[in-house]
Amino acid sequence: MLKYFAEELLNKCSSLRKKWEDEVKKLIAKRPERKERFSTVSDHEIKRLYTPEDIKDLDFEKDIGFPGQYPYTRGIHHTGYRGRIWTYRMFSGLGTAKDTNERWHLLLKEGQTGLSTAFDFPTLMGYDSDSPRSAGEVGKCGVAIDTLEDFLVLVDGIPLGEVTTSMTINPPATVMWSMYIACAKKQGVPLDKIGGTIQNDMLKEFIAQKTFMLPPEPSMKLISDTIEFGTKYVPKWNTISISGYHIREAGSTAVQELAFTLRDGMEYVEHAMKTKKLDPDEFAPRLSFFFNSHIDFFEEICKMRAARKIWAHVMRYRYKAKNPRSWWMRFHTQTAGCSLTAQQPYNNVVRTAVEALAAVLGGTQSLHTNSLDEVYCLPTEHAVQIALRTQQIIAEETGVANTIDPLAGSYFVEKLTKEMEEAAWEYIEKIDNMGGMLAAIEQGYPQMEIANAAYKFQQQVENGEKVVVGVNKYVTEELQEIPILEIDERVEKEQLKRLEEVKRRRDDKAVKKALDNLRNACKKDENVMPYCIEAVEALATEQEICDVYREVYGVYRDPGFF
Amino acid sequence: MANRKLRIMVAKPGLDGHDRGARILARFFRDSGYEVIYTGCHQTPEQIVEAALQEDVDLIGLSCLSGAHKELFPKVVKLLKEKGADDIVVIGGGIIPEQDFQYLYDHGIKAVFTPGTPLEEIKKWIDENVKVREELV
Repeated sequence: MLKYFAEELLNKCSSLRKKWEDEVKKLIAKRPERKERFSTVSDHEIKRLYTPEDIKDLDFEKDIGFPGQYPYTRGIHHTGYRGRIWTYRMFSGLGTAKDTNERWHLLLKEGQTGLSTAFDFPTLMGYDSDSPRSAGEVGKCGVAIDTLEDFLVLVDGIPLGEVTTSMTINPPATVMWSMYIACAKKQGVPLDKIGGTIQNDMLKEFIAQKTFMLPPEPSMKLISDTIEFGTKYVPKWNTISISGYHIREAGSTAVQELAFTLRDGMEYVEHAMKTKKLDPDEFAPRLSFFFNSHIDFFEEICKMRAARKIWAHVMRYRYKAKNPRSWWMRFHTQTAGCSLTAQQPYNNVVRTAVEALAAVLGGTQSLHTNSLDEVYCLPTEHAVQIALRTQQIIAEETGVANTIDPLAGSYFVEKLTKEMEEAAWEYIEKIDNMGGMLAAIEQGYPQMEIANAAYKFQQQVENGEKVVVGVNKYVTEELQEIPILEIDERVEKEQLKRLEEVKRRRDDKAVKKALDNLRNACKKDENVMPYCIEAVEALATEQEICDVYREVYGVYRDPGFF
Repeated sequence: MANRKLRIMVAKPGLDGHDRGARILARFFRDSGYEVIYTGCHQTPEQIVEAALQEDVDLIGLSCLSGAHKELFPKVVKLLKEKGADDIVVIGGGIIPEQDFQYLYDHGIKAVFTPGTPLEEIKKWIDENVKVREELV
């Protein structure tokens, strides 16, 4: 073991610390500190001061090391952001495919380097715009997509061989990915040249985000199908984005976000190995992650450093992956929507800047910064521009990207990283003992852990223990009015007309045949992807395809834990 | 007759899964001594009204964060009326712009609470404005 400090220094440190503590005690007796207990936003206790003694048990090589080398605590790339800045990837989607395509072109013009798609709720849930369940929701929280015709408009003028596109889509991930693949084929781009991500992470849906369609087992089957298909035919695609973001938004602590996300990732690895007989090195390099960057600066940085280290360990020793790329945790980050406030909305610019800085110091590969108005609605163009500029200022003005992992070696940062790592391992072992994440979800375990944490935080806000500026402190009477983006009724009308028109002119026999083929594939437990691509190319709607899944696999309903 | 507890249904109409607020409220109401039914996400207005009648609730709290509140909240009120149960009080919350409040009041939503509202304020409103339905007879 390569100890971080020599014995002599630690002895000296210890005696100096005791002297300092005696002085502090006297001072506090006269003038107490602001609070008796200081803690992070996740209520993790933080000490007054950290010294070499706090990290005396760290092993320099095994705990910290170098960037680009195992255990990757300091980052996965040898040159950090000196080689390449993270991807500016703003999550965006609104109204019709045409509305969103215009917004995308604007963002690319403003210097965005990757695309990220927000779908509306009907699309996210596998319903068409003309379903009674979609009334009032079409195009509201993202773009409405019903058929390949919509998708072609969405990516019009976007070179799919050059720009990478992320799609936040879960239960119908096979359908939206098939549409993207069909568009690439139409553009003449070979499948091994397209890059991007489908979120495709159902476990966190059952745990937190609640966008679900099928029961857990068949949901896992579809995910393993995409992993297998991507491995064979779309090698540059991230077939899953294992997400902590929504777990955190649902009210978890930072450690819960870390632990549940990693344990979800392990569940996917095990499922693909078991059901598809894949070797982890065949697919693990295409697993990607997605974290939240919340308002507690250091806790977030340490969470991300710990995440890389745990994942590297898991892939190397638990699953015996040999390719270092399989050990890498590559992740996207989004600043915390739940930290923003409707009150005094301009303050949100500041919150987002701090959170974005934490993500950068945590070593993210790509970043979405929330717009100040996102507590009310989808962002206006002006608000998005400020959010994107926030990233560009951090990257290109502040100098924080000049050196790699600048906070390494800080007594506090290294100690907190270690503490979070240890706390996450405790959760992971607990879930292992329950029989894995599917079993834990069935028992409602992660759901209730999060509900407890969310409720506790709410009480801390209510009693003033946790400050939310503009909400429970520094409250102002006058309203700060900001411009609001409204999605008007035109969107729903236009979309319904489009869908009706596509349904009228398509070849119904071809649609039926494609859907029958898909149904047979589901029943025979074949990989659904080739059949799903065939169906979208025949202009089957998203819901028609999802209805086949529902019919074969059944439907999952929210158990409503609280 | 009137010694049963107030029965509150916390309901999530529409397709969004943002249930943090709804679940916190459900737990808070339970801790405050009310009887609570929580529907879970993705309920249609029809399902909500049917469950409310079956559970014989006094108050329905609707939570929607997808922007579909103008469609979904009035529909719940309308269906209750059709079933002759318009004495069930309906309130709403979520991401609701202030300019929509009046529309919702005009369509029978008795109160709207948005993020940042102290839980106690909601409880106070309920205690002042909602009675066990049998007492009204």
